[in-house]
Amino acid sequence: MGIGRARQRAGHRGGGPVSGGTVDPGTPRPVQGDLRLGVDVGGTNTDAVVLDSSNAVIACTKQPTDDDVTGGIRAAIAAVLECLGERRHEVARVMLGTTHATNAIVGRRDLGRVAVIRLGAPAATGFPPLTGWPEELKAAVLAGSAVLPGGHMVDGMPISPLDPDAVREFLGGIDGPVDAVAVCGIFSTSFPEQETRVKEIAHAELGRDVPVSLSQDIGAIGLLERENATVLNAALYGIARKVTDALLTVVAEEGLTDASVYFAQNDGTLMALDFAVRYPVLTIGSGPANSIRGAAYLSGAENAIVVDVGGTTSDLGVVVGGFPRESTLPREIGGVRTNFRMPDILSIGVGGGTRVDPSTGRLGPDSVGHRLHTAALTFGGATATLTDAAVHTGRAGGASAEWSLTVERDMGRALESALVRAHEWLQDSVERLSHGKQDLPLVVVGGGGFLVPDDLPGAGTVLRPEHGDVANAVGAAMSLVGGRAQQIGTFEERDKAVAKASRAAVERAIEAGADPLKVAVIDIIESPVSYSTQHTIRVSAKAAGPLARLGSRTTTPAANP
Amino acid sequence: MTREITSDDVAALAAGAAIFGTGGGGAVTTSRFGTADALRKHGPVRLRTVAELTGQDMVIVMSGIGAPTVGIEMLPSAAQPETLLRETERAAGRRATAVMATEIGGTNGVGPVGWAAQLGLDVLDADGMGRAFPEATMVAMNVAGVPRRLTVLSDVVGNVTVMRTIDATWLERHVRAFSVASGSLCLGASPLYAEDVPGAVIEGTVGRAIEVGHAVLDAAEPVPALAETLGAAVLISGKIIDVARRTEGGFVRGSVTIAGTGTDRDRLLRVELQNENLIVLADGEVLVSVPDLITLVDSETGHAISTELLRFGQRVSVLAWSCDPLWRTERGLDIAGPRAFGYDIDYVPFDAGDPRWASAERGSEPGTAGAVQ
Repeated sequence: MGIGRARQRAGHRGGGPVSGGTVDPGTPRPVQGDLRLGVDVGGTNTDAVVLDSSNAVIACTKQPTDDDVTGGIRAAIAAVLECLGERRHEVARVMLGTTHATNAIVGRRDLGRVAVIRLGAPAATGFPPLTGWPEELKAAVLAGSAVLPGGHMVDGMPISPLDPDAVREFLGGIDGPVDAVAVCGIFSTSFPEQETRVKEIAHAELGRDVPVSLSQDIGAIGLLERENATVLNAALYGIARKVTDALLTVVAEEGLTDASVYFAQNDGTLMALDFAVRYPVLTIGSGPANSIRGAAYLSGAENAIVVDVGGTTSDLGVVVGGFPRESTLPREIGGVRTNFRMPDILSIGVGGGTRVDPSTGRLGPDSVGHRLHTAALTFGGATATLTDAAVHTGRAGGASAEWSLTVERDMGRALESALVRAHEWLQDSVERLSHGKQDLPLVVVGGGGFLVPDDLPGAGTVLRPEHGDVANAVGAAMSLVGGRAQQIGTFEERDKAVAKASRAAVERAIEAGADPLKVAVIDIIESPVSYSTQHTIRVSAKAAGPLARLGSRTTTPAANP
Repeated sequence: MTREITSDDVAALAAGAAIFGTGGGGAVTTSRFGTADALRKHGPVRLRTVAELTGQDMVIVMSGIGAPTVGIEMLPSAAQPETLLRETERAAGRRATAVMATEIGGTNGVGPVGWAAQLGLDVLDADGMGRAFPEATMVAMNVAGVPRRLTVLSDVVGNVTVMRTIDATWLERHVRAFSVASGSLCLGASPLYAEDVPGAVIEGTVGRAIEVGHAVLDAAEPVPALAETLGAAVLISGKIIDVARRTEGGFVRGSVTIAGTGTDRDRLLRVELQNENLIVLADGEVLVSVPDLITLVDSETGHAISTELLRFGQRVSVLAWSCDPLWRTERGLDIAGPRAFGYDIDYVPFDAGDPRWASAERGSEPGTAGAVQ
């Protein structure tokens, strides 16, 4: 959340053109239907932008996020289209980054009941599915679970043959309704056929309208984490359907009947609507990914550190070759451990509203948050904040340069030392993310961006791009489409493993909506496997490419989870 | 003193086992969930000291064997601990009364507690390493010269191999072969008779791991608390400025360089590592060497960082402490000294009590706290 946004929002509640929204009627009309509309749902605001064919921002807006999320999206789309005027009919693509899935899991709302099938018995029988889940989430999601024969060893040796009758028996014996099925086989990331077969059986048993989520499509090696993500995905089908329907309705109501709709994923790429319906869990974490990618793009940097300074925290990430760097640590969602790719984000307690201890100058840990404009000293309040520290020391640039503050000497000292601490903390964080590369530019966005000095030690050139406050929506609008896949193989067969992972990643990117002619492998990570008896490596490949031409919606696989 | 391990102790046991993993031993997350589950289901297990063993007791020494990367995907079968117990008792001709972990460091220090609960046996407050090591030869029983002629291996599908090997070197070779055939993961067990236990195990390590884990989880300043509980020295607190990895002879080899911050500013330290952290060097001087223990922890949380997860820029503290005296014997160093890992250097006994390591301030770095979202 950015400082100053609250003010802006207050003045423009209820839609309509907002400050920051710009249209330049002087530019020549581009080819019909080349505009892209990006929407990003944040905790406080829902932002929307429109980019033209050269990726220039031609309109933008911020609207408050409402409780059911969809209303904010509706308002943001309506507002940004109004800014566009006549050119609204040129919007050919709508890209949405949304928090619906996260909210559903965290709030335990609108979740489907899932039948969970693990393939691999007798292996993994000591760890029942959903081990370690919060009890109430488990109660909301679990229709029943079974660990059934199937699965493979790392070298492809079947652990046990698949038993179709056991699958039928399990599905037939579940009490109560089953909204979806999740299937997770041991080493299915390398040997996917059994999971696919179980999907056919489940469709035959339960009907084709009961969606089936396969772990091979969801996550990487790490059985329990991948299974967890697969089960969450299955539980989210209902909400995903609701969101996509709502978005299509908004798009239709706004007369954008020809526009294709895409969803932002957690790795900074897009997926086509049909894909999003099947893999809703992949939308989780798309906000930070969009923000990092959008900020870097606006600054013109392909490789950079990005810091988004809000009211409560500064969120730092890294963009490498135009994509957010992914974290190597497992991530929890609503108390559930998963292992799918998420951007490597470092969040620190440095924000415009961060409280400063008047006697010691210590920071936070809390923030006045959205009350900054009434609580902070600069605005006549009684709480010393980092914004006051910046104003007092004359370091608040940009729009905040006109603010002023007079304080007593002790308070002044506290504020000065607080700002020094904040700068040190930012410096530490930048160094931690930059891996020592001093030449990486630092892209600063967010309402509290003035807290980052132009001469931050450890950082390269500091860039403050225009429209940085809607970087997340820009990131959504300009994203490519991607896919990732993994393989484990021996060193001797390294090339084979790389080729196989690359091929699978390319296939996934195309399935997600990428142009088959332009998709390329953009990243290969090889890591040695410790304590392995043979020299073994783990290969992870990522492919990405621009969206396929318009009309691609009909060329992607039909929504048939 | 006899005490119980309950499901509430498992988080601390896991955090402590990770510290004793000295960078290796595999991630403790999966075994933590499984063990907590087993203790909830079967009830607490009794933690028995070596002194509490009687002449009738037979200890079953258990561990998982294989690659942790495989181990997070192909998890053990619920039947494996029972299979191992049955086959070991049958081959040994005696009943087992307690489970001992072969290796307290990493995932192998956690799993056996859950297996004991499942099997209705006690847990012996001891292990075979006092840390993590990569090979079956590197166990206290081998150092003490206790013959370990009988080993039972079990894979996830139910295959069992009962091996009677002539010595630990052959055991290691055959275990590897079985492990490969088992998909790079199996469980192993061997009997240890009560009369052979004294002097042939590292005592007190299970209780110690739980205590150390509590220092990590409960202390306001985890790093100093951890150092005090372990009797360890904090060699440096700083940030990682280089991580180099290479693969040689089937081992991942590497080194990590840490630049001091705060009171350690202007100091550099290098840690040589394979699957575990093995040597610490400063200005060409060997400060610590295997089998003494070296663990890198997050300076903020005190949690151990495994060799696989070391990254540039991490804020770490390097802790070192002495190994059990058994490892410092001539045979102990032959089996697990620096030369056993291919380093052409002599073992330098580490003394955490040396005044040169006295520093009260290390480990607390105000202003670097930051949570990864």
